[in-house]
Amino acid sequence: MVGITKRYPGVLANDGVTFTVKRGEVRCLLGENGAGKSTLIGILSGFVRPDAGSIRVDGASVQIDSPRAALDLGIGTVYQHSALIPALTVLENLMLGDSRALRLGVAAARARLAELAGSLGVDVDPEMRVADLALGAQQQVEIIKALWRGSRVLVLDEPTSMLTPQGVAELGAVLERLKQQGQGVVFITHKLHEALTLGDGITILRQGRIAGTIDSARMRSTDHEELRDEIVHLMFGAQADVYAEAPELQDELAEGHEPTPHRHGGHNEVLLELRNVTAEGERTELGVAEVSFDLREGEILGVAGVDGNGQRALAEVIAGQRPAARGEVLLFGAPVERLSVAARQKLGLRYVTDDRLHEGIVGSFPVGINLFLKRIGQPPFWRRGRIQRAVVDARATELVREFEIRTPSVATRAGTLSGGNVQKLLLARELSFSPRVVVFNKPTYGLDVKTATSVREQIRRLASIGGSSLVISTDLDELVELCDRIAVLSRGRIVGVIANGHGAAEEVGRLMVGAEAA
Amino acid sequence: MSSLLASQLVTNVFWTSVIAGGLLAGVPLMFTALGEAISERAGVLNIGLEGMMLFGAYAGFLGAYYGHTVWLGFLAGIGAGAATSLFMVVLCVWLGLDQIVVGIAITLAGGGITSVLQGAEFGNTYPRLGAVSTAPIPLLRRLPVLGRSLFEQPPMVYLGLAIVAVVAWVFRSTNVGLNLRAAGEKPEALDQAGVSVKATRSWAALTTGAFAGLGGAYLSVVSAGIFTPFITQGQGYIAIVIAMLSRGRAGLVLIFSFAFGVALSLADSLQIAGINLSADVVNMIPYVSIIAALIIFARSSYLPPALALPYVRGAR
Amino acid sequence: MTEAALTSESAAATVEAPTRSAFALRALDVVIRSIVPVILALIAGGLLLLALSRNPLTFYGQVWKSGVENGAWQDSAILMAPLLLIAAGLTVAFRANIWNLGYSGQFLLAAALVSGWGPSLVQRLPLAVAFVLLFVIAGLAGAIWTIIPALLKAWYGTNEIITTLMTSFIAIDLANILIKGPFQDPTVTIPQTRVLPFSDMLPSIPGTRIHCGLLIAFAAVFVVYYALSRTSWGLRLRIMGANPRAARHFGVDLKRLIVTVFLASGFLIGLSAAADILGLWGYARANWNPDYGDTVIPFVFLARLNPLGVVPFIAFFSVLSTGGDLATAEVNLPTDFMLVLVALILLFMTIIEWLGRSRPLGTSYLTPGLKQALRAPLAARRSG
Repeated sequence: MVGITKRYPGVLANDGVTFTVKRGEVRCLLGENGAGKSTLIGILSGFVRPDAGSIRVDGASVQIDSPRAALDLGIGTVYQHSALIPALTVLENLMLGDSRALRLGVAAARARLAELAGSLGVDVDPEMRVADLALGAQQQVEIIKALWRGSRVLVLDEPTSMLTPQGVAELGAVLERLKQQGQGVVFITHKLHEALTLGDGITILRQGRIAGTIDSARMRSTDHEELRDEIVHLMFGAQADVYAEAPELQDELAEGHEPTPHRHGGHNEVLLELRNVTAEGERTELGVAEVSFDLREGEILGVAGVDGNGQRALAEVIAGQRPAARGEVLLFGAPVERLSVAARQKLGLRYVTDDRLHEGIVGSFPVGINLFLKRIGQPPFWRRGRIQRAVVDARATELVREFEIRTPSVATRAGTLSGGNVQKLLLARELSFSPRVVVFNKPTYGLDVKTATSVREQIRRLASIGGSSLVISTDLDELVELCDRIAVLSRGRIVGVIANGHGAAEEVGRLMVGAEAA
Repeated sequence: MSSLLASQLVTNVFWTSVIAGGLLAGVPLMFTALGEAISERAGVLNIGLEGMMLFGAYAGFLGAYYGHTVWLGFLAGIGAGAATSLFMVVLCVWLGLDQIVVGIAITLAGGGITSVLQGAEFGNTYPRLGAVSTAPIPLLRRLPVLGRSLFEQPPMVYLGLAIVAVVAWVFRSTNVGLNLRAAGEKPEALDQAGVSVKATRSWAALTTGAFAGLGGAYLSVVSAGIFTPFITQGQGYIAIVIAMLSRGRAGLVLIFSFAFGVALSLADSLQIAGINLSADVVNMIPYVSIIAALIIFARSSYLPPALALPYVRGAR
Repeated sequence: MTEAALTSESAAATVEAPTRSAFALRALDVVIRSIVPVILALIAGGLLLLALSRNPLTFYGQVWKSGVENGAWQDSAILMAPLLLIAAGLTVAFRANIWNLGYSGQFLLAAALVSGWGPSLVQRLPLAVAFVLLFVIAGLAGAIWTIIPALLKAWYGTNEIITTLMTSFIAIDLANILIKGPFQDPTVTIPQTRVLPFSDMLPSIPGTRIHCGLLIAFAAVFVVYYALSRTSWGLRLRIMGANPRAARHFGVDLKRLIVTVFLASGFLIGLSAAADILGLWGYARANWNPDYGDTVIPFVFLARLNPLGVVPFIAFFSVLSTGGDLATAEVNLPTDFMLVLVALILLFMTIIEWLGRSRPLGTSYLTPGLKQALRAPLAARRSG
């Protein structure tokens, strides 16, 4: 890809990007969230047309103006958000879009599946519904689909966000086999250690531009620590030191550390407790079954697990959005079944949702109103059912200042804010008015390093004043850096709770895999 | 009193008329609902079905009246229905406008335009078409009750049954069927697989229009033999319910269409049996049965996740 | 495609604070989007008339003459009363993402009850009391008739377009049965109720022929506006209309809200029947359906579901419709031609909306939840 430029309203997503992949090489595209990686890949896979620049495949200049064109050129993409249809079977998903013939070529598809699965060293049941597959298996199916029509380049967009640490190792093995077969692989990630481990060469993207390249020779000859420093500098320039501690930028899978002593929640009061809680999932999402754990004052408890294992159900049953089919949720020792979301809010139980734009705010409402949507009808913002605009605006202005939300005014529609600022809005709403127990669902997902760091700071600050946090996250590095204890959620069950410390990450990984294999 | 009622109901004549009536009223429903099932599978919700049926009914009537053959009527109906759904395709699938608002507009327009055209063409008269010739099946027609009702039907009915079978096959064993399903479940996946979501949904909507037009034409040409303004009386919506209840299974469309057809035509059958209920009460029966069906089956209807959502590549 | 790329943090888009000229521009934009579709529809209607070999100038000229001139504007104003009340009822529902399309049935059932019980009530009770009672009965009738669709939607997520339409058809037949049966005027053979003497009908606004039902309509419109924009119930309603998932997140009791919205909508529609019967007609005939709701819908949308904003549109349409009655007869067309005009307005509105939009395709001018009305799967029995 040469000189690729792409503009969106108000944003220059890619600015003169030049980027090369060789046969049999795994090239990593590394950059923090928002650096323009996804746009570049969108162009490569035919979803987005560049404003300027050209693309050459095997030396010949090409135009990729639709996903089909990309597929015909042998560019197969595995997207970050699953491109499989859960209600359909594996075979049906693979046959989708494959041929223009009238009848479905079932026999031919079976044969090709067997062939590809064999070459990758994996085993997949064609008749299973995708919704019923384990997530590692789903990703394997996605890779098979990307390779289905015979491909030259395989593009993987943040593939490890869906995987256990062992899963990452398996992915590495699959990539090796692909390299041996002469495939080129483009691997997009925002995690430094993945780029170092899995890539042969690294291209660093920063604010839409190429910040630097590290070719395979240099990767082989230099040790990881040095490379890491260099890369972090390329990614952040002068501000490198500020973010140096961020978990995404470590050169190895995070090690885990002893939690700071004053927060070691051993003797403190239990604020939140779940006893054998079962809650049903929605449609194809998993629910939770027989979940029990407790959360103490001043503690940060992490919930690790691959996405889609019941995280949402867990968060919602605690927050009050979903009823518990069985079991009890106890807040400050008292059951909260009968309490509505608003009532739990008042007691100090808060929930920062992962679906910021479509659940956390009402985009068409102003920022000011959004800050108090969990207090509808309550004084001083409402009196006898009627809204008190002056009070709302005044308090809202205070909160905007306190939480550094970048917005032109409190009357701006919340939907126009950037992702990071929406998250700040959510935090402002949930962390104001004396929070005691806060549930965070994927709080730093998709955020750039600076905002992510500030979010983590907020969580720590909450703990230091005696509040408790339940941090649900798919990012193991983050959990290991932040939490006192880590629970592991797999297939809707808590399969273990470990204390943070040396070797915690491996232990978590083992628990996740053990449950899967069971 | 009740035994008299019972004895009146048991006659052959009554049951023959129930079945025949069920078919007469059910066939238009069947075609329309089948079309709607195709659209819904692909994620297009056709609230304008009532309007398409009306356009088909009027066009079909004109075609049969001036063309002197039912087949021209059917063709005209198909054309009118497809043309109407073209609006839906352009506005909703291509431009991403709201499917419900456009559907309401089409229904209002359907009622208004056909009424106006009818008035302009025929003034205050409502000409009737002659009876439609049937194609009796040789041996089976001799069966009691079933013989005269089931096996002495116009050829379109048998054709219709064949179409149902074809549609079922398409759903199950063709690439088209799979694409439709994907467009309704998760259009992004279909797009990423290299198939045009717009094209898939466009063809689905056009087919629905054609089927609805055919249903309307059958209604005016065969079932009623006449065109009066608003002749469909909500059958387009009944067809939508049938499509929803059938969850995309063509066989169920057939069964439900027949059942509601019986409900619709019960008035005539009861009259034949000598039972005189007020017209208003009998008119209520189909709608009450729909509500009843919805209540009973409330939990089990299934709609594709991407229904009624426009798909735009790359935007959220 | 991840959202992160499109909402890039590193080159964060900053929204400019709206300047005064930007505000004026937006106001102009709204005005254009509302008026242009109407103008285009009228032009298109004219073309249609030409195609049918009718004279559009005669038609529209007659509309003006019979709609406004020589005191005809009072007739138009009288028509506004039921139209405004229905518009209010529909606005409440649509803002909440609830498609109450059963307005015909709700209206006719309430009308039957008012015209059936009206004559005896006005004789037995003081007039004012009788009127209040009749209005309440009408409102309750409309509200009660929404219960089945309301419960089905609240508990099972059943599509309310279908249920309200079906119950509407049932109500229409029920109204006929009532009018032909217990409410039949025993002194005549035509199927209709007894006629209220003029002295027993709603008083007129002094100096005009317009009955005070219009005042009730204006009051209702204002109440709806206030409720939607200032009360907590209204806010919850708007949240549910914008995004049902967010509503759950904010602890809105969706079931209760769905039911109350339906009831409010039905109540207002019932009121419109009372205003029409007690103010204008004085009786109800069997098989009568003025079809107010069908023609009001596009204007409710044109006003962007704003209860106050819909008033000028309804005024416009009242003139068009009153004038249109005579105008269609003048050009020898059925009155259903007005439906065609209305459909054209809807159509042009959707097109103009698309043309004038700077937001990306796929978003609608309607509350975003409305277009998801049928997406919520029928199997959604999970409640929040």
